[in-house]
Amino acid sequence: MARALSHRRMWITTAAAWAVALLIFFPVLWMILTSFKTEPSAVAMPPQFLSADWTLENYAEVWARSDYPRFFWNSVVIAVGSTLLGLVIAIPAAWAMAFVPGRKTKDLLMWMLSTKMMPAVAVMIPLYLIFQRLGLMDTRIGLVLVLMLMNLPIIVWMLYTYFKEIPGEILEAARMDGANLWNEIAHVLTPMALPGIASTMLLNIILAWNEAFWTIVLTTTRAAPLSAFIASFSAPQGLFYAKLSAASAMAILPILILGWFSQKQLVRGLTFGAVK
Amino acid sequence: MTKTLRALMGATALATLAAVASAETTITVATVNNGDMVRMQGLMDDFYAKHPDIKVEWVTLEENVLRQNVTTDIATGGGQYDVITIGTYEVPIWGKQGWLESLNDLPADYDVDDLLPAIRGGLTVDGTLYASPFYGESSMVMYRKDLMEAAGLTMPEAPTWADIEAAAKAMTNRDADINGICLRGKAGWGENMAFLTAMSNSFGARWFDENWVPQFDQPEWKATLDFYLNLMNNYGPAGASNNGFNENLTLFNQGKCGMWIDATVAASFVTGKDSTVADKVGFALAPDNGLGKRGNWLWAWSLAIPASSDAKDAAKTFINWATNKDYLALVASKEGWANVPPGTRTSLYENPEYAKVPFAKMTIDSINSADPNSPTVKPVPYVGVQFVAIPEFQGLGTTVGEIFSAALAGSKTADEALAEAQAAVTEEMKAAGYIQ
Repeated sequence: MARALSHRRMWITTAAAWAVALLIFFPVLWMILTSFKTEPSAVAMPPQFLSADWTLENYAEVWARSDYPRFFWNSVVIAVGSTLLGLVIAIPAAWAMAFVPGRKTKDLLMWMLSTKMMPAVAVMIPLYLIFQRLGLMDTRIGLVLVLMLMNLPIIVWMLYTYFKEIPGEILEAARMDGANLWNEIAHVLTPMALPGIASTMLLNIILAWNEAFWTIVLTTTRAAPLSAFIASFSAPQGLFYAKLSAASAMAILPILILGWFSQKQLVRGLTFGAVK
Repeated sequence: MTKTLRALMGATALATLAAVASAETTITVATVNNGDMVRMQGLMDDFYAKHPDIKVEWVTLEENVLRQNVTTDIATGGGQYDVITIGTYEVPIWGKQGWLESLNDLPADYDVDDLLPAIRGGLTVDGTLYASPFYGESSMVMYRKDLMEAAGLTMPEAPTWADIEAAAKAMTNRDADINGICLRGKAGWGENMAFLTAMSNSFGARWFDENWVPQFDQPEWKATLDFYLNLMNNYGPAGASNNGFNENLTLFNQGKCGMWIDATVAASFVTGKDSTVADKVGFALAPDNGLGKRGNWLWAWSLAIPASSDAKDAAKTFINWATNKDYLALVASKEGWANVPPGTRTSLYENPEYAKVPFAKMTIDSINSADPNSPTVKPVPYVGVQFVAIPEFQGLGTTVGEIFSAALAGSKTADEALAEAQAAVTEEMKAAGYIQ
């Protein structure tokens, strides 16, 4: 009886999980389907599915009209670069907060997180002027710096949570064996926290890849990533939904693939320390 | 000796190549994603053949994002862009601020006198041309000839609002999912407020009196809003408060609108390959109310050079190419006359080939009937037909647009909406120092 009940519960939970997953994924699925439709079919009411006119023309036109590889490469450099730089800064910071906490460590962490609550547009003009003066406009290094700063609180928070799970005695033992600070962080702490660092890295690459405010405001041509690529296909006058969907699909596909293959690490990273 | 000579020759060749390469000027052109602009990017071979020393890099953005980026760059003197695509709203404001380079010295073959006077007037400040029109547009009535015929009605070439209401009533067939009329309802200074401001001109309303006092508490605005709400509630589509240009275009192309009053540029879409009613569309001037002003707007997407550009000469060369009469001929030769950017030059409308395009005459008549310097019946202190060319208007227009859109959605009455608009605009105008 109990076994049947548990079986039934499992089915219900699985069905509910699928329903929620499909609900969340539906906009992306619809966008991908729309990218293969003709423009009239894309906006037809009631929406067309099986009766739609399918085509690959949108992808051909989007490819022909823009320099996709350049946008793609810029996205890779900016997303990976900002994440790696963030890790270099965040690992020592999180180490200090986790293993040598002060009276204000919690406050400091909260303050860092609170900077994420500030609307980006509030600092647009000052940052724009700083970028102009420093010659960072439309440069990949400029965007790497901005996105690193933007995501740094999240990186520090995630790493802090991981590091807190590592027993301090192990680091102490390393110190007893004569390890200096660098060796302690680089050769003891980092290898032990590698799964956590990997999931932090993945999540931040995704966040940086999807960023669409600073990447559009601070670039024109040379450093523009895929967010600017999508924006160039949006039109207030004219029906270009299918082409816009094709451009969006091309922009999210690389990160979707990355997310798919690394979902285990991502889930682990996001739920780490949630149940104790 | 021979080796030395070869090395010298090689070095000279490299130096020459380097000199040629460094002589090339790169200009960055910021533009919007619309059919005419995309077409121009496809015709760049012609430009490069004529000007091999200039390289053009494109930044294509959605209209509002472009406006934000260009405004930020130009206000801070950033110099990121050498040519910008701006509308008739920005040109007078930015020209006065000294943010734009004068285009009075374009070459003689540009033929400035060929520009349509209404469009040229909107891009000129104190005798200085600050932007060159790439395409111009007004608004007009697009209607279903077959539905009008079935209803036993004929659309006048210059209808009144009463004609429009009668036609909307006759064509509405809820069972067949046909709405008598589709109009903009989506909130925004360039969305519902572009339509409603232009419409209000034909009702004799105005945003401000000569002393910048807001006028939403006047009977002309009440007449405008009452008429609009009645028309849309009785004969418009469901959920009209979410409909902008693209949503109405979709409805019209799917045969769900008897009439649609919107930008003249829509004519090529509703008669194009994506329309299910392409061969059934007629055109008429925007309606009036017998007060001497029609409810049509005037807009031109134009090319201008920010004062901060460090490649002004190359930018002028590009603008001359892109907005010259020769460019119109180039488009016609490659893509046909129907695809030529409309609404900028007198010579285009004198061309017998272009006269064969079905919407050509209605477009030019609509443009000519709009006067940005005297947009409505009573005198006003501002320039602009469907906008008020002051920096505060983007915010004001969007605020009032949200209020009127809410009225269309049924969450407030016309009287409440007008009172709210009057209060909001008065407060903002006081804060900006226009009134005490």
